[in-house]
Amino acid sequence: MDFSVDGKTAYAYTAAHELDPARPTIVFVHGAGLDHSSWGLQSRYFGYHGWNVLACDLPGHGRSPGPPIESVGAAADWVMRLLDAAKVARTSVVGHSMGSLVALECAARHPARVERIALLGAAFPMNVSDAFLEAARNNEQSAYDMETIWGHAPQVSFGANPNPGMWMYGDSLARLSRLAPGVLYNDLRACKDYAAGLESAAKVACPALVVIGGRDMMTPPKAVAPLLRALTGATSVTIRASGHTLMAEAPDATLDALIGFFRD
Amino acid sequence: MAGPKYPGFDTLSLHAGQSPDPATGSRAVPIYQTTSYVFRDSEHAASLFNMERAGHVYSRISNPTVAVLEERIAALEGGVGAIAVASGQAALHLAVATILDAGHHVVASNSLYGGSHNLLGYTLKRFGIETTFIDPRDLSAWKAAVRPDTRLFFGETLGNPGLDVLDIPSVSKIAHDNGVPLLVDSTFTTPYLMQPFALGADLLYHSATKFLGGHGIAIGGVIVDSGRFDWEASGKFAQLTAPYAGFHNMDFEEESGTRAFLLRARREGLRDFGACMAPMNAFQILQGVETLHLRMPRHVENTRKVVKFLAANPMVESVGYPELPTHPDHALAQRLLPKGCGAVFSFNMKGGREAGKRFIESLRIFSHLANVGDAKSLVIHPASTTHYRMDDAALKKAGIAAGTVRLSIGLEDADDLIEDLARALKDAQRTMK
Repeated sequence: MDFSVDGKTAYAYTAAHELDPARPTIVFVHGAGLDHSSWGLQSRYFGYHGWNVLACDLPGHGRSPGPPIESVGAAADWVMRLLDAAKVARTSVVGHSMGSLVALECAARHPARVERIALLGAAFPMNVSDAFLEAARNNEQSAYDMETIWGHAPQVSFGANPNPGMWMYGDSLARLSRLAPGVLYNDLRACKDYAAGLESAAKVACPALVVIGGRDMMTPPKAVAPLLRALTGATSVTIRASGHTLMAEAPDATLDALIGFFRD
Repeated sequence: MAGPKYPGFDTLSLHAGQSPDPATGSRAVPIYQTTSYVFRDSEHAASLFNMERAGHVYSRISNPTVAVLEERIAALEGGVGAIAVASGQAALHLAVATILDAGHHVVASNSLYGGSHNLLGYTLKRFGIETTFIDPRDLSAWKAAVRPDTRLFFGETLGNPGLDVLDIPSVSKIAHDNGVPLLVDSTFTTPYLMQPFALGADLLYHSATKFLGGHGIAIGGVIVDSGRFDWEASGKFAQLTAPYAGFHNMDFEEESGTRAFLLRARREGLRDFGACMAPMNAFQILQGVETLHLRMPRHVENTRKVVKFLAANPMVESVGYPELPTHPDHALAQRLLPKGCGAVFSFNMKGGREAGKRFIESLRIFSHLANVGDAKSLVIHPASTTHYRMDDAALKKAGIAAGTVRLSIGLEDADDLIEDLARALKDAQRTMK
C-alpha cells in the first residue's frame, strides 16, 4: 500500500489487508539493502492473524523512491511519520539488522507510540569492516558478495533452503542488483555511525525481544551481549543454526519467536 | 582485502541444495517417495496453505528430493530458484503459461528443437498465444517482430539443428528495451559450458533428460529464474503485478519481489497444470548432476576429435560445429562458449538418403535413437526418421539435407568412436557405386 511521507511515496506491505483501527499494529523494518519482501512469511502471518502489518520499504529501497535516509535516528523519525500517514497512533516495531537499530531508536525516541520491539540480527556497536564499507562506497560487486556470504550462516553456501527450490545466495544477489548505486553504502554507514545504542537501550520502557542467530557472522552472538544487558527486562531467543538472515534461514523458528512474544 | 569466496562449480554440483538428512544422517539425498506431509496441527496446516510458513504440503507442488535438484540447478546457474517439472517440454510450457495470456505474442528463434516449435507454432496458438519465428542471427529481425502484445523472447543457447549460437547479450538488450524477458533453452550447453544469466538472459530451462542426467534413464525439466527482470517496472505483466483471484488475491511481485515468477509458476502452474517431477526422477538426475563437471569436458574433448576426423573425411561434405572457422557463429562462440560448444552437432554426407540410411545401419557403437546428451554416443538421420515425410525441397527449407546426420557424442574412447564412424562411412560409400 502506498502512503505519502514528506511529500513522497512511501510503500508498506499490508498483507493485502486494509488497516483496521481496532487491531494492534506491527511495523517491520528491513535491513541494509533489503526491502519489505525479506519479511514475506512473517509479515503475512501477522497480517492474517489479527494484526495490522506495515512492512515498510525505507526510502531508496523496494517500492519507496529514494534518496535513502542517512542515519538510524532519522529513519526512526521517518517510521513515525509513516504511522501518521497511515493514521496509526501506536505500534510495535520489528527490525532486522539495520532495521533493529531503527526499532530500538523508535522505542527510545517515541515511547508513547511504541508498544513492543523485537530486534533480529541486532548488535551494538554494529561494526562494518573498512573493506566492506569501501567496496560499497565504490558500488563494487564484492560488496554485494560480502553482504550475501557474511549475511548467511556458513552452511547456507550449500543450500537446503527451507523454502523449497529457492537458492538463498541467488536471491540475495538478485535483490542487491536492484539497488540504486550508493544505497548499500548509505545503509552500512548508518549502521557504523550509529552511536546511541546503549543510551537508547536504557531508555526503552516497553517489552523487548532479541532474536539471535547462533551462526551469525555479521552480528555474532557475542556482539549482541552489550545491547541485551542494556535492554532491561528484554527476553532473548537464540536460533542455533541460523545466520544473520533469520527470516529466510529459519523462517519457522523466527516466526515462533515472534508469535510467542506478541501473543504473550 | 580479498572478499569472501563462493563455493566453486564442482563443489556446488555435489553439495548445493542438500545437507545430510537431519532425520537419519543419510549422506546421499534421500528419495522422499511420498505424496503428502503430515501437519503438526490445524494451525500449522492453515499456515502452510496460506504461505505463512515454509514447507511441503503435497508432492505435486513441492517435494524434498525434488527441491534438492531445484536448488542445486539454481545454484549452478546463479538463479534465485528453480522448479523441476516432468520434462523439458513441461518447463517451456510452464514458463510461457506463467507470464503470457491469450492475446499475447512470442518472438522466437526459428532454430528450435521440433517439440518447442510444435508447442509454440501450433499448440499454444490454439490457446491464443502467437509466435513469430525469426532468424536468430538477424538482430534486426528480433526488433522488427516486436508487437504491442509481445511478452517474451525465446531461443536456444545453441540452436537446432545448425548450432546457431544465440547472441544473448545483444538479444537480451533488445528484449529489455522492449520491456520483455529473454527465455533460453540451455539444454545443449548446461551451466558448465555457459551461464546465460551472466550474459543477460532472464529465464532459462533445461531438458534435464539430456546432459544434466547424462544417463538416459529419466525424463525431466528444470526452469530457473534469474530474479533480475523487473516485472513491475516493465508494466506489461499483470500476471505478476496485480492481485490474482486464483490465488488469494496475491500480487506475486509485491509479495516476493525477486521470487515473483517462481512463486506463481509453482503456486498456480504446478497446482493447476500438474506437470510435476517424480522424486525418483529427481534422485536419478541428481546422480548425473554430481558428475556434470567431469563429464562435460570429456564430451567436448571427444566431440572435438570426432569433428576433426569428419571434417577431413572425403565422404563428408560439411560439418556444422561452431568451433570450426567455417561455422557462421565461430567468432561469437569463441566469446560466449570458451569452454566448448557442446557435444551435439550435425554433418552432411555425400550420397543422399540411401547413403545416410546405410551409414546409420552400419554403426556399432552409436545408438540409433531420438535423444541427445547421453553418456553413450547417439545418432539419427533426420531424412529417414524425424523428417521422413518431407521431400528434399522441404528438408532444405528446414535446414536439413538428405545426407544430414546428427550425432550426440558420448564418453566412450574417442578412437573407438572414430573407428566406428570410419567403417560406417565406407559402407555408405558403397551405395554410391
